[in-house]
Amino acid sequence: MNAHGKAFRYGDNVDTDVIIPARYLNTSDAKELASHCMEDIDKEFVNKVEEGDIMVANKNFGCGSSREHAPLAIKTAGISCVIASSFARIFYRNSINIGLPILECPEAVEGIKAGDVVDIDFATGRICNETTGVCFQSEPFPPFIQEMIANDGLVNYLKKEIAQ
Amino acid sequence: MSMSMSQKILAHHANVDSVRSGQLIMADLDLVLGNDITSPVAINQFKKFGVTEVFDKSKVAIVPDHFAPNKDIKAATQCKMIRDFARDKEIENYFEIGKMGIEHALLPEQGLVNSGDLIIGADSHTCTYGALGAFSTGVGSTDMAGAMATGKAWFKVPQAMKFHLTGSLQKWVSGKDVILHIIGMIGVDGALYKSMEYSGPGVASLSIDDRFTICNMAIEAGAKNGIFPVDQVALDYLKEHNMKTPVIVEADEDAEYEEVFEIDLSTIRPTVAFPHLPDNTRTIDEVGKVKVDQVVIGSCTNGHISDLRVAAEILKGKKVAPGIRALVFPATQQIYLDAMEEGLLKIFVEAGVAVSTPTCGPCLGGHMGILAENERAIATTNRNFVGRMGHPGSEVYLASPAVAAASALTGYITNPETVKENE
Ligand code: SF4
Repeated sequence: MNAHGKAFRYGDNVDTDVIIPARYLNTSDAKELASHCMEDIDKEFVNKVEEGDIMVANKNFGCGSSREHAPLAIKTAGISCVIASSFARIFYRNSINIGLPILECPEAVEGIKAGDVVDIDFATGRICNETTGVCFQSEPFPPFIQEMIANDGLVNYLKKEIAQ
Repeated sequence: MSMSMSQKILAHHANVDSVRSGQLIMADLDLVLGNDITSPVAINQFKKFGVTEVFDKSKVAIVPDHFAPNKDIKAATQCKMIRDFARDKEIENYFEIGKMGIEHALLPEQGLVNSGDLIIGADSHTCTYGALGAFSTGVGSTDMAGAMATGKAWFKVPQAMKFHLTGSLQKWVSGKDVILHIIGMIGVDGALYKSMEYSGPGVASLSIDDRFTICNMAIEAGAKNGIFPVDQVALDYLKEHNMKTPVIVEADEDAEYEEVFEIDLSTIRPTVAFPHLPDNTRTIDEVGKVKVDQVVIGSCTNGHISDLRVAAEILKGKKVAPGIRALVFPATQQIYLDAMEEGLLKIFVEAGVAVSTPTCGPCLGGHMGILAENERAIATTNRNFVGRMGHPGSEVYLASPAVAAASALTGYITNPETVKENE
């Protein structure tokens, strides 16, 4: 599985309240959530994002409340992978559980600017900045997490397991 | 490969010889917990699996405690949904009002936690059970749903930080002061994603209730879990509450710790966290004159019997200051009963304190003691975020039961040492 797209670049401590503000949590409709994604720090995000694009941020991405709506909004907006120096713990879990691939790689974060085109190979953990030609190595997902992401999250993954 | 105590428990449950930090594993669970807020979301997810039964009726615990006894119609609807689910799936550990307690005090008391267990709960303070040498951590609702269906969850193996304790606590200083001191020192993300492992000769001097409080607030430092070694104090508690044979897991001698902190318990002062973060701490000597409107003693952090004993010792034969509202929330029905038999409830009522049935109540700004704008509470709870106990313009100061009780007598945040000295 690969991800390929242009990068949106954010700083430290992007919290779940700016990813999807609490005032929109009266719905769990993924499309509606996605239409407000990041609007408090990047109004243009929802207009510019294209299917497959990548989000790159510094440390402690997704801190704050444990709302699963946050990774859901990012994923539904079209983002195919989030790369950060570090993630808040429950955001990390929730992302993988809903099938949004996320990678920790401080070197890649340093080496990717807004608008750079990035290619990611989930099987190997290799992150390549095609704009600069520099590649970075992150820890690849073990097979079961890769499968979970391929199956769009924990529910479908476990459903298959149960069926076996 | 050498491992921390937390890593060893994870390895056992993943059926592998060893794990290393950062590794992602799938592991078998001993217990899955949910409450009246997180379970309804998890039940909706559970339905998608197409399974008809939970993986093990004895290993799922559902506790209506946040907005229960039902606060309003919405809360009643949520509680009804989990009650119906529990009945339909024949979940053995569903605790109705009258038997219920705040989940993190209730589960250990009911013998549902054993040392060496791996436990997840759809509630961030599930980390409390580390006091008994279990690995327990908070997760989201989808995790709870998957765990109810399969008995498994995935984990990213955490690095460990070691807190080496020496000495023993002074009178009027408790586990709450220890954890507030630590969070003040390392910050609200100081242990992000890591295990906080306690060790050293100072451990033996800490009561099991102190340990519950210390592990309860691991999440307030961003940690995945907090954990204590299984010593005689833990074994005595387990023997009293749990029918299972304790499993003793010890950290390897040469386990790797990202950081090691030396803490002399005898130097810790009563500590207060000012608004609006638990790491905004000051010792009682630096607090100054802070007027309060409400005093809350209870919650999963400090609603244990020893917490109530300390509060009663300070309040005995005295009166809550005029204009101050003081509330006590025993964490479980058993604690309520013990407090009654020991005469503590009488002391509270005679002092002018309102005593509640067990519930989370004001801790999360739910009900039973909400603050108005510009009001200020001193509370033995664990979070003082903006609006946590009510109006966004209200304030919560976090402290121990001793400091809270002393403050109830004066109307200001008060050093319990001075209250007793003045007698
Ligand atoms: S008492 Fe407070 S912190 Fe504890 S479970 Fe209830 S709401 Fe959460």
